[in-house]
Amino acid sequence: MLKQLTIAASLALGLSLSGGPVAAAETAHIEDVDFSFEGPFGKFDQNQLQRGLQVYTEICSACHGLQFVPLRSLGDPGGPQLPEDQVRAYAEFWEVWDPELLDGEGDFRTATPTDHFPKSGLSNAPDLSLMAKARAGFHGPYGTGINQFFKGMGGPEYITNILTSYTGEEKEQAGAIFYENTAFPGGWIAMSPPLYGDDVDYADGTSTAQHQIAEDVAAFLMWTAEPKMMARKQAGFVGVLMLIILTALLYLTNKRIWAPVKSSRRGDVPAE
Amino acid sequence: MAGIPHDHYEPTTQGEKWLHRRLPIVGLLYNTIMIPTPKNLNWMWIWGIVLTFCLALQIITGIVLVMHYTPDTTLAFASVEHIMRNVNGGFMLRYIHANGASLFFVAVYAHIFRGLYYGSYKEPREITWIIGILIYVAMMATAFMGYVLPWGQMSFWGATVITGLFGAIPFIGETLQMWLLGGPAVDNYTLTRFFSLHYLLPFVIAALVIVHIWAFHTTGNNNPTGVEVRRTSKEDAAKDTLPFWPYFVIKDLFALGIVLAVFFAVVGFMPNFLGHPDNYIEANPLATPAHIVPEWYFLPFYAILRAFTADVWVVIAADWITGGIVDAKFFGVLAMFGAIIVMALAPWLDTSSIRSGRYRPMFKWWFALLVVDFFVLMWVGSMPAEEPYATISLIASAYWFGYFLVVLPLLGVIEKPLSQPATIEEDFNAHYAPNTGGARPLVNPAE
Repeated sequence: MLKQLTIAASLALGLSLSGGPVAAAETAHIEDVDFSFEGPFGKFDQNQLQRGLQVYTEICSACHGLQFVPLRSLGDPGGPQLPEDQVRAYAEFWEVWDPELLDGEGDFRTATPTDHFPKSGLSNAPDLSLMAKARAGFHGPYGTGINQFFKGMGGPEYITNILTSYTGEEKEQAGAIFYENTAFPGGWIAMSPPLYGDDVDYADGTSTAQHQIAEDVAAFLMWTAEPKMMARKQAGFVGVLMLIILTALLYLTNKRIWAPVKSSRRGDVPAE
Repeated sequence: MAGIPHDHYEPTTQGEKWLHRRLPIVGLLYNTIMIPTPKNLNWMWIWGIVLTFCLALQIITGIVLVMHYTPDTTLAFASVEHIMRNVNGGFMLRYIHANGASLFFVAVYAHIFRGLYYGSYKEPREITWIIGILIYVAMMATAFMGYVLPWGQMSFWGATVITGLFGAIPFIGETLQMWLLGGPAVDNYTLTRFFSLHYLLPFVIAALVIVHIWAFHTTGNNNPTGVEVRRTSKEDAAKDTLPFWPYFVIKDLFALGIVLAVFFAVVGFMPNFLGHPDNYIEANPLATPAHIVPEWYFLPFYAILRAFTADVWVVIAADWITGGIVDAKFFGVLAMFGAIIVMALAPWLDTSSIRSGRYRPMFKWWFALLVVDFFVLMWVGSMPAEEPYATISLIASAYWFGYFLVVLPLLGVIEKPLSQPATIEEDFNAHYAPNTGGARPLVNPAE
């Protein structure tokens, strides 16, 4: 009996008890997107990350920051992996506040790869560094977490949907304009529609349809949130593989050790 | 150690004799590792090793994480991101530590329910049981404070809600709450003391674990039959037992290997599945999250806390009888702590003379219902406080108390137990030598 209960218990644990099961689930409707990095063996598409970086730089960065992301990490393996000279050239695009300049009064200077991306320029625009992990909380259906588990639905889907689910309706409330968005909990978002399609020019000839651009920037933001994802999956894979080998050896050892006790019915302790 | 008769350590070489006269540490280790263990232990007896491993894993990963973490409200969140991005292998360390807490609780719940089913809490193992409950409570405190350290939204608001519970205690509540927090609200002084205690408590747990092991090494392990090892002579005892090394060490390590393979799959492929996404948003005292949900391992008791609202008749009665001292909020707090206290009192609430649930036909079903109840509580604990979840959590909470306070005392009186095997040896032979069916040890033909 205990055995069946254990199995049922582990199933229940796997399915129903993931964190934040109900958060943000009320009204928003999120469509699944097939990203290249889903599943245990999924990898970031390096070209997509570079396109996403371009979208962030040309559009999102007008308001949103990436304060936890060091510029140098753009050259790291498992990310956009820009060559070193390009990372340096890209860093020069940004200005950062340096409190040590002007004898401690502080001043802006050109960024170097050791600096981080700037903070959000607009006070009510959230920082995007971790957004793809912070918006992974729609554990449908019915709070079971199945969508996240089997479809790999998470923050990148949320970001893609937010960027593409504007209805075009606007309303003014307390002096601020809100835009109707069917993917946003509550239905009205303060961010004006950022993408219309053909907002950027991709050097590699990829389509610049609205949904494609949204997916690209969502993939890039998944990388900013989880830059070591590919290394992590590899570590997990090697770890599981090693443990399976070790466990198999332990199984055989265990069987060998117990064999005399179990087959002989000799109540005695075997020779120590 | 006292208990089951067995061979003791005898120093043989000059060096061993010299050391043994001054410090019998080798003898202590020998007696601990070679302790006679009932040979019919099943796969539910592996969780102790898993738990010991978890404690070591959490302490080791935790010590390294502390080297890179900064306990300051303005820096804590960024320092965790520093660990995730810049520290070599830091993302694995942190994910192992965070998911290690979940593994720890999976194992402890399996361990507790094992004890509840096989009557491991019964005479003479009450002290082992009580120490175990203390370890569990210390684990909850440690896990709760650890969750505050990353200083995300759930860290902050979880700390606010949970310390608020202490504020519900009449007369001393507010003082107690302020003493816990270090000030009037969750702030830097809260973070620093939680950090200090989060580092301290695991070592308290380690000490309690040693006492836990000492206690059951004195009484001997329970086993699936609940029948005690024969202590009439060393020969009789040897028929019921095998030494812990190598038989159970290898068996337990094999089981640990399986558990860890699953654990590493979670860490490698879905490390944030069990965590709350809001904790990737830095704590903001001005923005309350839509739903404040504790980690999954607190949910059953969180559900009991929320179940007793002001419109439940027992709450109304308690309020009226105590002249308003026990209001709904305080009643909920009492119920939550009471749910753990009734579990601690199981050795005295269970009136059955039969130890193992295997030989208790009615108990089996009530126990199975308790396990289901536990998962129902866990599920409603994650749901918003509205219908139908409120009613479900009230029924489930009532059963939790009913099991310990009504079912366990009554079953011992009305239940007719099945016959138990006379010895552990008989049970073991019934499993592994079904044809002879006897308990007589025979000389074995060549293998």
